[in-house]
Order: sequence, then C-alpha cells, then structure tokens
Amino acid sequence: MIIMETDHTLMLLQNYWWLLISVLGTALVFLLFVQGGQSLLACTRNPDQRNLMVNSIGSKWELTFTTLVVFGGAFFASFPLFYSTSFGGAYWLWMLILFTFVGQAVSFQYRRKEGNIYGTRFFDTMLIINGTIGVFLLGEAVSMMFFGGDFTVDMTNILNADNPVISRWGDGHGWESILNWKNWALGLTVFFLARTQGALYFINDIRANDGGAFYAKCRKHVTVSGSLFVVSFLIFMALLLTSPGLRATGFRSFDEVPFLYLHNYIEMWWCGVLLLLGVVMALYGIGRTALSPTPYTKGIWWSGIGTSLVVLTLFWVAGYNGTAYYPSLSDPASSLTIANSSSTTFTLKIMSLVSILVPFVIAYIAIVWRRMNRTPLTPHDINTDSHSY
Amino acid sequence: MDDLFTTVDWSRWQFALTAMYHWLFVPLTIGLAVIVAIMESFYVKTRKIKWLAMTKFWMLLFGINFAIGVATGIILEFEFGTNWSNYSWFVGDIFGAPLAIEGILAFFMESTFIAVMFFGWKKFSPGAHLAATWLTALGTSLSALWILIANAWMQQPVGMEFDPAQMRNVMVDFWAVATSSTAIAKFTHTVASAWTLAGVFVIGVSSWWILRRRNVAMALDSIKVASWVGGIGLLVTLATGDISAVNVAKYQPMKLAAMEGLYRGSLGQELVGFGVLNPEKEAGDDTREPFLFDIAIPNGLALLANHDANSFVPGINDLIDGVSLTPEGDTINTVSYAERIERGRAAHEALRDYDKAMTQGDSTSMAEAVARLRADYPYFGYGYLNSAADAVPPVAVTFYAFRIMVMAGGYLLLFFLFAFIAVYRRPAWLQHKVVCVIGMLSIAVVWICSQAGWVTAEVGRQPWVIQNIMPTRAAVSDIAASSIITTFVMFGVVFTVMLVAELSIMTTQINKYSKKNIDEIAKS
Repeated sequence: MIIMETDHTLMLLQNYWWLLISVLGTALVFLLFVQGGQSLLACTRNPDQRNLMVNSIGSKWELTFTTLVVFGGAFFASFPLFYSTSFGGAYWLWMLILFTFVGQAVSFQYRRKEGNIYGTRFFDTMLIINGTIGVFLLGEAVSMMFFGGDFTVDMTNILNADNPVISRWGDGHGWESILNWKNWALGLTVFFLARTQGALYFINDIRANDGGAFYAKCRKHVTVSGSLFVVSFLIFMALLLTSPGLRATGFRSFDEVPFLYLHNYIEMWWCGVLLLLGVVMALYGIGRTALSPTPYTKGIWWSGIGTSLVVLTLFWVAGYNGTAYYPSLSDPASSLTIANSSSTTFTLKIMSLVSILVPFVIAYIAIVWRRMNRTPLTPHDINTDSHSY
Repeated sequence: MDDLFTTVDWSRWQFALTAMYHWLFVPLTIGLAVIVAIMESFYVKTRKIKWLAMTKFWMLLFGINFAIGVATGIILEFEFGTNWSNYSWFVGDIFGAPLAIEGILAFFMESTFIAVMFFGWKKFSPGAHLAATWLTALGTSLSALWILIANAWMQQPVGMEFDPAQMRNVMVDFWAVATSSTAIAKFTHTVASAWTLAGVFVIGVSSWWILRRRNVAMALDSIKVASWVGGIGLLVTLATGDISAVNVAKYQPMKLAAMEGLYRGSLGQELVGFGVLNPEKEAGDDTREPFLFDIAIPNGLALLANHDANSFVPGINDLIDGVSLTPEGDTINTVSYAERIERGRAAHEALRDYDKAMTQGDSTSMAEAVARLRADYPYFGYGYLNSAADAVPPVAVTFYAFRIMVMAGGYLLLFFLFAFIAVYRRPAWLQHKVVCVIGMLSIAVVWICSQAGWVTAEVGRQPWVIQNIMPTRAAVSDIAASSIITTFVMFGVVFTVMLVAELSIMTTQINKYSKKNIDEIAKS
C-alpha cells in the first residue's frame, strides 16, 4: 500500500515537472522573437534601422538566454536521463546550438562600443547566425521528441570499466538528426515563427519616426514570414498527426501506435481545443497586422499567446498519455518517457517546493517588462543613451 | 569507444578551457556588482553627482564584462550533458536540483533587473533603480551559490545513497547537500575572492587614471570603496581558506598530500613554504627525496590541516599503503588503496549480482547482494582504477598552483593593508607613480591567484569527478575524441576572439571616460 502511494506521488510529480518543462519550453519559443528580430537584421542595410531593431530586443535577450539555461537546468534536474542521452548523444546538434548562442551574448554589448576591433558588422553577423541557424537547430532538437533519435540506453554499462557509458548514440552523433528531413519541418516552423514574432515585436515596440517606412517593412516581414510559418507549420502538423508513436506498456516496453499524436489530441481533448484556439489566435495576430488598413501594433500578443498555447499542447501530446517523449529509432525499448527518465520522488518534491516561487518570478518579470515597454523606442532614445547597443 | 582515455582527457581539457575562461569574467561580475550597488547607494543617499558618475562608469565596465561571463556560462551548463553524460545520469538526481534552483531563483533575477540597471534610469525612480541594482548584485551571488553547492557536493558527497535498482545515486537529504561544510566554505571563499578581485580591479583602473592625472578625485573615491569591498573580501577569503584546508584534510587527504608534495607524513608535519619538486619522484617510491630544494615551516601543515600542531598528516604513500600514526606515534592501519580497489570491484560484482537477481525475481539474492554492495559502496569508484597510482592527482600542477595562490594571496594582504593606510593616513601615496604602476600590475596578480585556486581545487581532486564514487573516466559521454578535439579548438578560438574584443573595448572605454569630467560621466 505504501509503495502504491509512493508511486502515485511520483507519477504526480513527474506530470507536474513535465508541465513545468512545457511552460519553460513554451516561454522559450515565445521569447525567440528576440532571435527572430536578430535574423531580420539581414534584411536591412540601413544602420539606423538596425540600431533600432537591436536596441528594441536588446533589453530582452537575457530573458531568452536565461530561459534556455533554465530549460536545460530543469531538464537536468527533473529528467536527467534525457539530459544525459540527448546532450551526450546528439553532440553536434547541441554544440552547434551552443556556438550560435555564445556569439549572441556579447554581440549586443559590443557591436557599437568604441574599441570594437572587429566592427559592428561582425557582431551583427553573429546575431544573424544565432537568429537563423540557432533557432532552426533548436526546432530540430525539439522535433526529435516526436520523430526520435538514434540512441540506446543500458544501465548495466556502468559496470563495464572499458566503456561505462549508459546512453549511447549512433555514429552520426547528431548530424543524422540535423539532416533528417522530418526535423527540418519543425526547424523551419520555429525559424519562420521567430521571424514573424520578431517583426510583430518591432511593430509593437518601435516608433521609427520615418513616415511609416519601418512599419511597412516590418509588416511585409510579417506577411512573408507569417505565410511561410503557416505553410511549414501545416507540413509539420501533417507529419506529426500521421506519424506512429510509441506508447508505454511497461517501464521499458512500448507498443507502436499508428497516428498516436492524433489519438493523443483526441483523447486529451483539452489539448485539441487549445491547439485550435492557439492556431486561431496566431492567425488573427498575423492576419490583422498584415491586412489592417491602419497600423495595428498588438499582433505580437495575439500571435505570442496563440503560439504559446500550440507549443504547450505539443509538449503535452509528446509526454503525457504514456507517450515516449524521446523515442529511440535504434532500440524502441530504450525510449524515454516521463516515468522512466525522471528524478526520484524526493528530488522532485524538493524542486516542487522551490517552484512555488515561479509565479513570483513571473510577476516581477511582468512588472519590469510592462514598465520598460511603457513607451515605444524611438531614435531619440538611442541617441541620448550612452548604454544603447 | 576504444579511445576512452583520449576521450576523457579531451573532455577534461574542454571543460577546463570553458571553466577557466568563465572564471576570468564571473568574479569581476560578482564583485563589481557589489561595488556598483554601494556607489549607487551613496548617490541615492547624498545625491552627489560624483557618486552617480562613479556608478555609471563602473556599471559600464560591469556590463562589458557581464555578457561574456554569461556566454561562457551556458556552455559550462550544457557540457555536463554533452561531455559528461554518464555523470549527468549517475548523479543527476542530486546535482541537477541545485542547477535548476539556481536558474529559477538567481538567473531570472539577474537577467530581469540587469535590464533595469542599464535601461531603467529614466523609467524608474532612483530608489527603485537602486533596488534593481542590489537585486542584480544579489542575483549574481546567488548564481554562484547553487553551482558551488553542486561543486562542493562532488568533493564531499553527502545527503545521498546509491539505489541499486536504478544503478545511480539518489538524494535523501537536501539540507545535507546544501549546508555541508565544504559547500559553505566553498561559497564564502569563492564569492569573497570575487570581491577581492573586483576590489583590485577597481584600484588598478583608478591607479591608471591617477597616473594620467585624469579625474583624480573620482579615482581616489573609487579606491576607497574598492579597498573596503576588496579588503573585507580578502579577510573572508583567508578565513574560509582555513576552513577549506581542514575540509580537504578530512575528506580529500590525497588532494592535501598532492598540494604539499608530501609522500611520507609525520607527527607535527612541517609545511613547505617554498620548494622545487623532484621530477623523478613517483607515488609508491620511497627511495627518492620529494624535493630538490625546499623551505619549510615546522608543524605548519599539522596546524593548518588539523588545527593541532602535533597531529599526523598522511602523505601520498601513507594513504596508498593505508597507514596512519596515533598521537603517541604508534602505527595503525587504515584501508590501503589496493584494498579499496578490491572492494570497489567487489561492489561492482555485488551490483551485477543484484541486477541478475532482480531480473530473475530472486528477492533473497537481491537482499544478499545489496548487503555486500552497501558494505563496499564507499569504495565504488576505486573499482574502475587499475592501480593505486591511478588515484594520485598530478602532484606538480597541484603543488605549484597552490603555492602561486598562497603567495599571491599573501601579496594581496599587503596590498590592501597598504591601500587602507594610504586611503586614511597617507592619501599622497596613492598618487605616487610607482604606487600607481604597482596598483595596475596587481590586476594580473589577483587574476592569477583566482585561477590558481581553481586549478588547485579541480586538478587536486583528480581522478575523481565525485570523490571516491566516480572517476572522470566513468563519467564521460560516448563521443569520439576527434569530435571533442574539434569543438575544443572551436571553443578556444571563439573564447579568445571574445576575450580580445572585451579587453579592447574595456581599455578603450576606460581611456575614453578618463577624459570626461564627472558631469559628463554622470549624464552618460
């Protein structure tokens, strides 16, 4: 009986922590508007416009960066087997993501500072690389949660002194995932979404005082990137909903279920409802911004909240309902579920206590955000602030 | 994975490269945040323009440095997974928790309020802005707290037990992890040393301004604040260094022996103040002298390690042989390293038996195997080693790094003593050309001191990634060495490019702002 209660508690905690991981992942996808904004730097050679764009997202880049770090840390703490399997296995995929993010952190600070021996263009290029390749690869990394990775897990390897590694990956070490066409679908979806969101954020945050030229440019980006986002999203969803998935029948045993993710959306009906609601909100935000005869600046919130709802449901259909959230292509029995890859009840409880502070953290971020964005950014703000990027 | 050792070595090199670059920037971030917050506090209280100017200038340098610390930090976090995947699973239940808590409590605080620090001057009241600055300073220190708790746990693994069913360690006492003596000493020692480093940095930069006769009054005020922060930091660093030494003697005696180049210990063991190691001396060899030359302080090591001038401190060969001395000088046997290796292998065998019995559903055999496993688990990590020599860290690197740290620390004590006397009794000294040059050169000394401290701590604990439980060779990922060599080179290039950029921008800004008057700086 005690064992039953403990198992029930553990299941509850595992579900709770998958929920938190989902929230962090969703926040990360929303905050990728920073990267999307960076990628749009490649679309203008006007230095004044570039400065406006960089300074607009410049006060937010640390939030995206921190969310990525916390996303990784939370995975490490709550589902360490995923951490060790994915990061240690898909080595090149993660390393390339990291390389693109290293450049981002310094580029804002250094690009226009006197003494920058590499020039502004060098750091702007680093921002563009992070905003394009980094985002695309992040999308690919998440895509493996649906379309799988080339790994095996064997705990008894720990007793093999010559090769004690528990989680092993195929020879591709991430390259095969980068080149997998199925992963490209979500990679491109996230990439175009980030660009769309970036343009929507600029529309919301910047008053260029240039007779509407900058606004028109951003609106064009919303139209083009938004359309490409919708197309790639539809391709990804078509792939996802027609793909088979692995459903756990035991701790390390699985059945392959055709149309598993479609089933999950139906069986967890609230996911389906939120998915549809999210899609409608995102389309409304993008559509109204692109088509409105008068300037419309609130699109980022419609689109942002809408895509957040969609991403939340994607995490839920990936991990809940006994689904393997990290399917193994080479050995299905090695696939990871929230039940077989988590930390213990004790650790999850401790962290759950700490997570009580999350609403407080969200509250102070919201207060600061609101205050900082109370007035739109203008060229005057940049010219009179020596700390501007 | 036929090239395990190459993979291990390159994984270690890559992590060391990242950690050392990271630690070039982070202590300055931690210490400078406090100094800036103090200066801004004076401004809010007095509304004197000079304090606002100081706040703005040092905040500018803080910002230039902060970004690069963040950039290297993200690599460190993910390298636990990419390069030490076995470790991530084996102790993820324990190690991951501080990392996640760090993110939730510290990183968001830091990243949210730093934006207010830099861009909120006109959007927040002076009091609210000051609060944001202090919260940023608090966030930077809290960021260090949890990762240092995690690091301390690796050196003194407490609050956990091994779960044979999952073949990994699980946490059973969070407070034991968070408040171990090593964790407390490591956090206070590291953060206080960061204050010291930032204090020396501010004094060094201010000395350059004074040397060039630019903004001398502002530079002198900066030196005053930096002397307090750095001086207090140094005293705390020294006090906690003493606690660390006692902890090392207790939990990592092999590291202490390597730090001292001590092969055979004795009652009332002397402390080698300065020495040149005999390069031919090896572990297990009692025929060669350990030093070509040395100057020793009688009873020094016994006092330092055990707070008892007449106590016994074991050397490398004593530990390998498993011998110790009573206060009366009688020899007593402890567990030799040969026996540890045997018992480690016995623990592995017991775990294999447990796994087999579990598969067969044989609960009697499972219980028997667990009993054997528990008895030998303290030596689990030794089961991976081939010989006792494998358990000895690189003596020369540990010995010299420790001496560099101690000597630099001693110099810094004199440095801050001089700074206090000069600030409060002899201000003219601070404007002397030689003093200014020494002040500037001391920036290099404090960074060398800081890096040497980490080299001592991390090289000295080899071969363990978790003391006695897991050697580095069992902690790695299944990656070809060639891949790690490639990323090592890539990281080396990227980090160096960033470092050059930072130094160039920082020196340019220091020069640029030295030519502005304080009104201009305050309005910047």
